This record gives sequence, C-alpha cells and structure tokens, in this order.
Amino acid sequence: MRRQPRLAPGPDRAAGCALRRLTLTNFRSYGDFRLETEAAAVVLTGPNGVGKTNILEAISLLTPGRGLRGARLQAIGRRDGPGGWAAAATVEGPLGTAMLGVGADAVQDGSSRKVQVDGEPAKGQTALAERLAAVWLTPQMDRLFVDGADERRRYLDRLAATFDPAHIGRTTAYRNAMRQRLALLKEGGADARWLDALEAEMAARGVAVAAARAEAAHRLDHAAADGVTAFPRAAVQVVGLVEDLLADGPALRAEDALRARLAADRRRDGDAGVTDAGPHRSDMAVVDRASGMAAADGSTGEQKALLVSLTFAAARMVARAIGMAPLLLLDEAAAHFDPVRRDALFDEALALGGQLWVSGADAGQLAPLSGRADWLTLGQSGDRAIIT
Amino acid sequence: MPAPAVERLIQQLARLPGLGPRSARRAALHLIQRPEAALSPLLRALADVQDTVRTCSQCGNIDGRDPCEICRDPERDATALCVVERVGDLWAFERAGAFRGRYHVLGGVLSALDGVRPEDLAIDGLIRRASAPGLTEVVLATNATLDGQTTAHYLAERLAPTGVAVTRLAHGMPVGGELDYLDDGTLATALRLRRPIER
Repeated sequence: MRRQPRLAPGPDRAAGCALRRLTLTNFRSYGDFRLETEAAAVVLTGPNGVGKTNILEAISLLTPGRGLRGARLQAIGRRDGPGGWAAAATVEGPLGTAMLGVGADAVQDGSSRKVQVDGEPAKGQTALAERLAAVWLTPQMDRLFVDGADERRRYLDRLAATFDPAHIGRTTAYRNAMRQRLALLKEGGADARWLDALEAEMAARGVAVAAARAEAAHRLDHAAADGVTAFPRAAVQVVGLVEDLLADGPALRAEDALRARLAADRRRDGDAGVTDAGPHRSDMAVVDRASGMAAADGSTGEQKALLVSLTFAAARMVARAIGMAPLLLLDEAAAHFDPVRRDALFDEALALGGQLWVSGADAGQLAPLSGRADWLTLGQSGDRAIIT
Repeated sequence: MPAPAVERLIQQLARLPGLGPRSARRAALHLIQRPEAALSPLLRALADVQDTVRTCSQCGNIDGRDPCEICRDPERDATALCVVERVGDLWAFERAGAFRGRYHVLGGVLSALDGVRPEDLAIDGLIRRASAPGLTEVVLATNATLDGQTTAHYLAERLAPTGVAVTRLAHGMPVGGELDYLDDGTLATALRLRRPIER
C-alpha cells in the first residue's frame, strides 16, 4: 500500500489515535478479514450491502459501549457462522502502540463482551478507553433532532462516559432502581420502606447522572463555539426537572427534592405505569447558535449540517477531555452536501487530528479525499478488500 | 462421547458457580483419572458435608454445629452485629480478622425484579436480635451494588425503632490504591466521607 500523510496534532494539540491493523473474524458479513494502513484517512467504497458500515462498526466496538449500531452481542456474529466473533486491532496513540481485541464466544443471553489489551484479558471495557476513542456520524443519526429524546440522552451519555467512565454504570443502576420501583407500585401494597430505599437510590444516582450530562453538554457547547468552520455552530444544553434542581442549589438538596417528588408521585406513577420525574425524562436541546433556530425546525440539509458541526464539536470535546484526538467514523456523511460543503467536511475532519474513516457507495462524493487517504474498494467477495 | 455416568458428572459439575461446560469436562477427567488422589477424597468430603454441616439457626452461618462456633464463642463482642448478604461475605470478614462481633446472614438482597421480597430474607430474625439487650451497634455490610445499597437503606429504616446504632461500611480509597487510578465516583465518595486524622 502506498504511504499517505501521517497524523498531525489536532487543533488542541492532542495527539491523535489511529488504527494500523484491523482483523475481523466471523464479524457480520466477514469470515476472515484483515487490513493494514499507515494513512491519516481511510476511505471505504463499494456497492450497497458489501459491508462498509460493518468495518466502521467493528472499529466502534473497540471503544467502550455497544458500538455505532448499538447492537446486542448476539446480532454481531456472522450469519451461519459458529456464533462467536472477534475484532482486533493494532492502534497507535499517545501511550504508544497497543493491541486491542473484543469479541464474544458462541453468544448466549446475558453473556458479556470479552476484552483483551496486549494479549491479556481486561476486566471491563474501560481499559479500551485508555487506548482508543472514536466519534461517529451515521445515517441513523440523521433523525437525532426529530426523534424521541431517548437517542439524544444516549448521545450525551456516550460523551459523558469519555470523561466519567462510571457514568454508564450509574445510568444502568438508576434505570434498574426505577424498574424495581415501578414493579412494586404496579403490584400495589408494597412495603413503603422498600419504596423509600429505592427512591433514595434513584435520587442519589439520578442527580449524579444529570450532573454528568450537564457537564457533558457544557463541554460540548464550549467545543461547538470554537474553531473555524463552514458548518453552522450548535448551542447545546440539557433541559429537565433534575437539571433545574441542580441549577437552583447544591446536589444534596436536588437529591432531597427528587426523592420527595418520587414519594409524592407513587400513586400516579403506579396508575400510569411510568415514572413521571427523573433524569430519564431530560432532553438535549440543540439550536443553531447564530439564528437561534431549534435544530428540529431546520430543513433536512440544515439538520445534517448542524449534526456534522456537533460531531466535530464532540471530537474536539473528547480530545480535550482525554488528551487524545479520537478516530472519526463518517458513514455516508457526504450524501446531502454540495461540492463546497463536501470539501469543507473532509478538510475539517482531517484537521481534527484523529484518524478519519469514511464510507460511501458513491466514490465520486469522496473525491476530495483523493491523494489524502488509503482507498479500500470492497467487492462482493466479502472477505477480501481491494486496496488502491 | 463420554459414558452416560461421566456425562451426568460433567452436567452436575457444570452447574457449579464459576464452572462452564469446558472446565467441567476438565474437572471430570481429572477426577476420573485420579481415583485415589482426587475422586475418593472428594467423595468423602462431600459425604461429610452432607452429614455434618448445617445452617446456624441464629445467624445463618454454615457450620458443623448449631449454633455455630461464632455464635457460641463467649470471647466474641456481644454488643456488635455485622449484617452480610451471604455466608461467603462472612468468611471474607473472618479472613480479614478485623471484626470481633457476631454476624447475621440475610441470605440475599431485595430485588423486585428477581422476586426477592423482605419476607424472603432473614430480616425478622435480625430485628429480634437487634432488639435484644446488650446490643449497641448493627453494621450493615451489604455490597456497594444498587440492590445491596437499597437493602441497607431498607434495613436502616426497619432497625430505627430498635434504637440501636446503625452503621454501614465506608466507601472510598482502597488500601494501597492510587488516586490517579480511582474512578470519579469512588474519589468523590472518599472525599465526601473523609475523616479527621487520629493523633
């Protein structure tokens, strides 16, 4: 493969991370796939359904979380394969070179992802976060501003986890306590002291979740205000009851107030079968910083431009938080843009400092990266990538 | 294919915590290939356990006698009671040798989703023991998980009318831990629960 430009420090001088080798075993459409690259950018092209996004997903799974598709482990193994799967990579970053591996044995319900760092099993996924970070933009995110608040909270949760790895555990514990409380309320006649105990846990963890999200939104908003860009700048904040409580006073008072609200809502929540108050009802509000227009009110093109701007801001935010410019994974990101915006998209993406991975069925739309990236043309044969 | 008897052994071993089918097969082979050194002693140990080991009717510990050695030991501090989820937690305290009072094993933690309710745990026995004269402190040593903490909170409310002092294990810096490696939640808890240095 011919040599392409190596990574340069990002705008905040955080060293970028990059994949140098990727190996997939029984992963989605791939039985046995391997690629190597030294470039600052990699372009994946080929017809629809050939497995471009699968490669981006594999890379995203080498960072904490459930990857860019949010898939369950059971869904990842190759169809008609043995059930297990693996993705491994050699990565370069500020801490040097590391070998990361993730995968699962023949997967059953409840089994967890196996993680290896430098050939040794790692406990949990946080070991991955020290070596690799990634920010992505996929076509599924095109409706981020118009779909339900769930997706926006998940988006913010992923960002919060980059500087607070315990955040995901707290959100899981909060939801677990909420489900237990609702189960007791729906049964009726539950021990009030048991409900007290669950509501105390919900309040403590819920306020911590809201505080971490508020911090993530603040950092994202700050990063969105920076830099020279051809895309509209976003303004970001989290809105909701718990955020209001946190804005009005210290966290302990917010916990007391949330606990009191939950206690007062028992009958209503039990009857409705939903919990009315808590950080699970909060939302990430995004507006165009210049016009003040809510992102959801913009045209498809305006929303896409704002989403690109938000993605770049997230990459800057992550770089500042962990001192390492993340990989940027862009799946069919150029589709809605004119040639001028396309040039800007790739120029700005490369300037962020982390390795850039771009996929697209229409190679013509990716032409601005010509001469600046390794090009991989994926054929229908599946396992073999033709590198040009 | 293993003989049916061997297959049954593998299936039984695979049901044990921490053993999957592969490790169960290895363990079964190990036992079969070493009948004198491994299989016979294991059979005797299992029979001994079946014949002699029982659950302590006072604290829920597992022992050869009822009440157990700890409950019968007059040297134990009768003013302090440590509440644990399971017998394995009691053993952990005993290994550490840091607690000289007596124990109370709950038998699990509250979980509405798993159908574990207050009446499924040894809570009534705990309230009775906490109400006994002479007891001054109950230490809630449940795990720092959601269900462990919910159970501790619930027990604190149930124990309040007894008037006994209710404490729980501290959360924070592990012994030998380095600040740089602590997660934010542990660090924040350790700071919130800081203590004056004893002189």
